[in-house]
Amino acid sequence: MKTKLRVKKDFLISISAILLGLLAGAGLMAVTGNSPLEGFIYLFRGGTMNIERIGNTLATATPLIFTGLSVAFAFKTGLFNIGAAGQMLIGGLCATAIGLTFDWPKAILLTVIAVASLIGGALWAALPGLLKARYNVHEVVATIMMNWIAYWAIYYIIPQHFKGPFLETESQRIPEAASLKVPWLTDLFSGSFINLGFFLAIVFVVIIAFVLEKTTMGYELKAVGYNRDAAEAAGISVNRNIILSMAIAGALAGLGGATFYIGFASNMQIGVLPAQGFDGIAVALLGANAPWGVFTAAIFFGLLHNGKGFMSAMTAIPPEIADTIIATIIYFAATSVLIERNWDKLKKINLENILRRKKRGKLAVKAGGER
Amino acid sequence: MKYIVEMENIRKSFPGVVACDEINFQVRKGEIHALLGENGAGKSTLMNVLFGLYQQDRGEIYLRGEKVNITNPNIANDLGIGMVHQHFKLVHNFTVTENIILGIEPVKALMVDTRSASSRIREISERYGLNVDPEAKIEDVSVGMQQRVEILKMLYRDAEILIFDEPTAVLTPQEVTELMKIMRGLIEEGKSIILITHKLKEIMAIADRCTVIRWGKVVGTVNVSDTNEEKLAEMMVGRKVLFDINKKEANPRGEVLRIESLSVLGSAGTHGLKNFSLRVKGGEIVGLAGVDGNGQAELVEAIIGLRRTDSGKIYLHGTDVTRLTTRQRINSGMAHIPDDRHKHGLILDYTVLENLILKNYYLEPYSRRGLINWDYVYTHAEQVIKDFDVRSGQGAEASARSLSGGNQQKAIVGREIDGNPDLLLAVQPTRGLDVGAIEYIHRRLLEQRDQGKAVFLISLELDEILDLSDRIAVIYNGELVGVVNAAETNENEIGLMMAGGRRGAVA
Repeated sequence: MKTKLRVKKDFLISISAILLGLLAGAGLMAVTGNSPLEGFIYLFRGGTMNIERIGNTLATATPLIFTGLSVAFAFKTGLFNIGAAGQMLIGGLCATAIGLTFDWPKAILLTVIAVASLIGGALWAALPGLLKARYNVHEVVATIMMNWIAYWAIYYIIPQHFKGPFLETESQRIPEAASLKVPWLTDLFSGSFINLGFFLAIVFVVIIAFVLEKTTMGYELKAVGYNRDAAEAAGISVNRNIILSMAIAGALAGLGGATFYIGFASNMQIGVLPAQGFDGIAVALLGANAPWGVFTAAIFFGLLHNGKGFMSAMTAIPPEIADTIIATIIYFAATSVLIERNWDKLKKINLENILRRKKRGKLAVKAGGER
Repeated sequence: MKYIVEMENIRKSFPGVVACDEINFQVRKGEIHALLGENGAGKSTLMNVLFGLYQQDRGEIYLRGEKVNITNPNIANDLGIGMVHQHFKLVHNFTVTENIILGIEPVKALMVDTRSASSRIREISERYGLNVDPEAKIEDVSVGMQQRVEILKMLYRDAEILIFDEPTAVLTPQEVTELMKIMRGLIEEGKSIILITHKLKEIMAIADRCTVIRWGKVVGTVNVSDTNEEKLAEMMVGRKVLFDINKKEANPRGEVLRIESLSVLGSAGTHGLKNFSLRVKGGEIVGLAGVDGNGQAELVEAIIGLRRTDSGKIYLHGTDVTRLTTRQRINSGMAHIPDDRHKHGLILDYTVLENLILKNYYLEPYSRRGLINWDYVYTHAEQVIKDFDVRSGQGAEASARSLSGGNQQKAIVGREIDGNPDLLLAVQPTRGLDVGAIEYIHRRLLEQRDQGKAVFLISLELDEILDLSDRIAVIYNGELVGVVNAAETNENEIGLMMAGGRRGAVA
């Protein structure tokens, strides 16, 4: 198939980044006087050793899948959406507000919530898109600003309208009907906080993959991302695609916010920009901006996040080591250009060696013949 | 001492390519030695090695019989090697003198002593007949003059070996003649010249010997007096080249494109377009000649709808398209082969297949209800690839980036002609291509003309314009100088018009 080679290369690069990250982590464990092997065993067991922990790993991964998709989608159009955190907050606010206000049957309520958080996130990101298209304001600056606008808007709205019974700094708990957690799923994973958000995430991975590969919209968005000038010369409206791409990225992050605040958690706290928004950048990088790559990378990150507590409980290794591993992996994924170049070099050296050996072999044969 | 420069077994490789493969190259003292090869053959790389911009992987360089190690351009300068780059390296708001002394400023009492420098420059300029005013600012002088400033820069540094990298690419024919005179003068003063070029005519006109490079290897070194253009071309390309284009009589019909008093603002640094009017009929090729930067880019962008017009109108088949979007213009029958195929023509990260539908992916049968019909697109791409002889490793699924320049261009030409346009806007359609690909694309353009399509050819290569056009329009400073019939004109007349001379004044 047409992109097989590329995919294989991306995969190798991501795996190299992970291995290098783990290697660095092993080094740190060794330096702090611990056994790396033991550390890794507990780290991975912590994320996978029973059905409940597996459920929690998937639940932790859920918002990351959304924000990873969000960042990756914008990347495909050549845009850097650094505002997934703010879009998550707006999506979460829409979800929380609707969940706390209306007393509808669960199916209707969740549908409305999903649509609202999707639209909220989309609008929140479309604005920087519009600024970029119209006035050439860089989207990195604009989306960061939008993060803080969202942050302070939540800071005001939650205590003002949805104040919790005890604390000023968080909203009320959302009612059972508005939660993405459902009893059968919780029971299935023996008490884990996995929720419907995970399935929604899978649905969106499929949708985004479909949009990017099969539709004219995906073709256009990628064309703009790869080469703006050529797209424009071919009659594609670059501005329209910039706004559209940001809106879709925002919609994904908005949904991710909903799964976080009414699925993973059950209320909203003020004064926090969700870290998942920024981790989405790392997930997108590690997943090479491919939908299923993002999915896999998010689950891997979920595993690390989830296993680190267990590791530090069972060994003397501080939980920060896991964070360091994550950070190192991000670092290597971000410098994947370097890895890629070294891959090429390695291949070249190998090839040259093989050729040289062959040549030598031939010469030897020749010499032998002459003798 | 027979040779002033000797390069022995030079090898230089870049990731993925060997640009110079065991090259041997010798220059005699006092000769003009041409270095001939197609784009990407390795001639610039070889010269950059000599000038110290690149380090060779293997091989030795001898100057005046002594082995030297040129690790950077400063060393090359000290050894008496000077280079005029294809793109001049001048500071635009500095004077000629300031540019020339840049880096080796003479100092007197803590001040830059421009006065003595300036008088020395004047002296050199007079000695070589360069006619340069040392006090003029670079931004105020012509391109030909800027080139002479570059030459002065070398002479001021006492260079003896002068490298000219494609020096005529930016000059009018008259300026080329002027340059050749200067080069002869330099030889008389005992300098040696290496001339990098892919233009055979120039070699025949001025060089003493010629070394031909192909695929990073030396094909041979010949005395120019013992050879001719055909033989050189054959050495360069590796096979016989047909020079004559088999061109039938044009059969113009109704008007397809009409540009009426079009004015366009230019980007900073270039001239806009002023009150420009032109018509192109079906069944004819109209060539637009002009020195680079005289409004061609603005004209093209205005016609395809990428640049806002100031005043004036553009008509396609009599319909005003001035306010239409690029897509609407494409749909009304406009096709465009851009001059920069990497920037405007292709999406390099897309496959050939994806590039071939860049302008019609949203139309049936390429897609339906927003879904791309990849099966159809694939079959269609295979057809275009076959029809236009686009060669790639993996056929339609090769990435556009992996194709050679010629094949990339064929893919673009294929896409544009495949759309069955009424007007084909061909901007520098053969830039940087090898002789084979040039022949092919020229044939395709003529074919379009013979099918009754209007072809508007905008090129900086005067030969291309003269060979293909039925009528030739000349642009200078954003204005139309005049339109002449190709059959009734010659290089000289067009050259004078390119420098702004009106036709009446010529005849």
